[in-house]
Amino acid sequence: MTTTNEYQASTATGRIANFVDSRVGASGMVKEFGRKIFPDHWSFMFGEVAMYTFVLLLLSGTFLTFFFDPSMAHVVYDGSYVPMKGIGMSTAMASTMDISFDVRGGLFMRQVHHWSALLFVASLSVHMLRVFFTGAFRRPRELNWVVGGVLLIMGLAAGFTGYSLPDDLLSGNGLRIIDGVMKALPIVGTYLSMFFFGGEFPGDTVIPRLYSLHIMIVPAVIILLIVVHLFMVVTHKHTQYPGPGRTNDNVVGFPVGPVYAAKAGGFFFIVFGIVAFIAGLFQINPVWNYGPYDPSPVSAGTQPDWYIGFVDGALRLMPGYLGNFSFEWIIPFPWGDNTLVMSVLLPALVPAGALFAVMFAWPWIERWITKDNREHHLLDRPRNAPFRTAVGAAGVVFYCVMWAAASSDLIATHFHVSLNDVTYWLRTLFFLGPIFAFWLTRRICLSLQRKDREIVLHGREAGIIQMSPEGGFSEKHEEVDVYKRYLLTNYVDRQYIPAQPDAAGHVSGSEKRRAAISKFFFEDRVAPVTPSELEAAHAAHGHHEVEGDTQDSIAK
Amino acid sequence: MKALSKKRRHPLAAVALLLFGLLITGSLYTAAGNISEAKAAETTSASQADVEEGQKLFVANCATCHGMNAEGSDSGPSLIGVGAASVDFQVGTGRMPMQMQGPQAQVKPVQFDDEQISQLAAYVASLGAGPAIPDEEYLDTTQGDAAHGGTVFRVNCAMCHNAAAAGGALTRGKFAPTLTGVSEKHIYEAMATGPQNMPVFNDSNITPEEKRDVITFLKTIEANGSAGGAALGSLGPVAEGLFTWTAGLGIIIAFTIWLTSRPS
Repeated sequence: MTTTNEYQASTATGRIANFVDSRVGASGMVKEFGRKIFPDHWSFMFGEVAMYTFVLLLLSGTFLTFFFDPSMAHVVYDGSYVPMKGIGMSTAMASTMDISFDVRGGLFMRQVHHWSALLFVASLSVHMLRVFFTGAFRRPRELNWVVGGVLLIMGLAAGFTGYSLPDDLLSGNGLRIIDGVMKALPIVGTYLSMFFFGGEFPGDTVIPRLYSLHIMIVPAVIILLIVVHLFMVVTHKHTQYPGPGRTNDNVVGFPVGPVYAAKAGGFFFIVFGIVAFIAGLFQINPVWNYGPYDPSPVSAGTQPDWYIGFVDGALRLMPGYLGNFSFEWIIPFPWGDNTLVMSVLLPALVPAGALFAVMFAWPWIERWITKDNREHHLLDRPRNAPFRTAVGAAGVVFYCVMWAAASSDLIATHFHVSLNDVTYWLRTLFFLGPIFAFWLTRRICLSLQRKDREIVLHGREAGIIQMSPEGGFSEKHEEVDVYKRYLLTNYVDRQYIPAQPDAAGHVSGSEKRRAAISKFFFEDRVAPVTPSELEAAHAAHGHHEVEGDTQDSIAK
Repeated sequence: MKALSKKRRHPLAAVALLLFGLLITGSLYTAAGNISEAKAAETTSASQADVEEGQKLFVANCATCHGMNAEGSDSGPSLIGVGAASVDFQVGTGRMPMQMQGPQAQVKPVQFDDEQISQLAAYVASLGAGPAIPDEEYLDTTQGDAAHGGTVFRVNCAMCHNAAAAGGALTRGKFAPTLTGVSEKHIYEAMATGPQNMPVFNDSNITPEEKRDVITFLKTIEANGSAGGAALGSLGPVAEGLFTWTAGLGIIIAFTIWLTSRPS
């Protein structure tokens, strides 16, 4: 070993690099990681967008911390914004005003921070939808799906804590709702609220507390989870869409070095540029319009940022009374009456709770129903998993109905309809929308699968009409090429699995329930074309006649 | 003509011309002054004529709903005691005469000229005491305090009209309109009379000076525009979220497709 000649670099840079490398062994890591292959598809890039906007959030957020003072001490504003001069407000609000009007580049950085926050959660959500609809959460990636779900929740937490920091009227109204939800919790509610706000709402401690959460705890957890998430992505390798040459055991794509390193590096700056462009031209969260927080006024058009909107919408949809039935329950206890405000508790906790519970549990639900415990590195085309796509669509509609409800007032004014009617319609859609979406999506998926079968068996309609010597017209069908046929015929064909007896020959109740769901999901299915079907189709169809264009119709 | 052209070089020609010019200007000025004086005298002294003219207009245009004597009917409220300010606002913004019955009167092109509006206002004012058209003094935004007006606005007005005065929804198709582009006088009159679904903010609730502050605040934010770029309708987080999901993600998706495209 000692006899090997040490590598001597010829340039100064090379010598420095070699010095470092021989001590930290970076070249091995670069070699390993640089040959890592990532598949290429536009829908795979939303996770990256989320990460880049998060980096932007860290950068712009650090800038903001230099000037922001989270204190709730009372000051009289004396900055350059005239319509606010001489108004009493908290130091937090005043320093936000100063960042906006008196710190050079402050307003731009605030807008970069806020726009990237909105884009961060949006790209996170789209990324999760992509993972869901393509089945990328299946074994071995279930845990990474859970980590992603926690990242989404942390994204919401980061967003909400940040949204509340300026202590303006809009965000103060948001905190008041949080206060209301806390107080609606039975027994512990008032204690929890007093604990959180350090006394009666709004108190003078909540903004500094939210600040600690916003700039330390939540970002630290997010960074940790991103590391875990990416580590698992490297361990599992990236999934890929099905296609010729792509199997469960390979990854077809480009290596990190140099292709992806360059692409991803460039893409970071593209995302940076897009956010800077938006932040430079479009105003966001004009706190000077809303004014300082004061518990008495609530402005029209008071909404949370989009990602909390669905909870706000659920609160708006919930009636206080149903006919004469009140959702405010007075429960007599020996020590006195306790009030249970179900009209707050139900909408604030149940829909969001149900949504997240199903989201987290879905990989295991699907495995239980399909009894499919194989490793999957090839993605499903959404149409080839009609049950999952339909469940996802139902979830999206459920979310979107609540989301829309959060903007019911703006829907009413901008589409010139009655606010009450908007609420009634959305209440109806809250219950019926997901069912309809499930049914419709499944029908669309099955139809698309049938179309795929049709294309494989009979070819693509070429649009060329041929006239035979007898005068009959027929359309030429072009056979699809083998690559396309591979894509259209190779998918996981999930079938109804009837209830199976266990080792003792007993069919358990849960197995029966599983079988019932399996039947519901997989009773209607379109099987992929088999080779024998394909041969039969080729033998039968030399050409294909135009529909309805028989000898009869021509003779007429 | 020849005689005149011969004398134009006369040493006194310039003086004559100056005198002539002064004479013309003076007499024109006097005449004009007399005319405006006469007009002013007419408007103050002939208010009885205005009331009568206003009544004619009222009977022809308003009585169908408000009744022949403005006593009101099933389809319109009584106008006795609503005051001149109310008429000036409703008719002056085109809300009245109403195009059709609905949740609330809509703004449309003004149907009467200023004289007719003041005649109608004089007529309605003659039926009973009510808020008068505000003095210029209370509409002068140079005397108002925008910051105090902002506080008054947020406490009293923003819950319907939105903190940035962009407007908002009320129940059953009613709405609070945007206050952008509304004249100082009409803002004042709206506060004083409470048109459509708006509550009345009388002088003991919001003093005339405070009303002026509110007007000053509204005119200041209107003149300032939005500091941070396009305001997206000043509608708050909904517009921002919509923009994120459409334009923001749209641009990003366009780039992701470009980055992953391959020459084929």
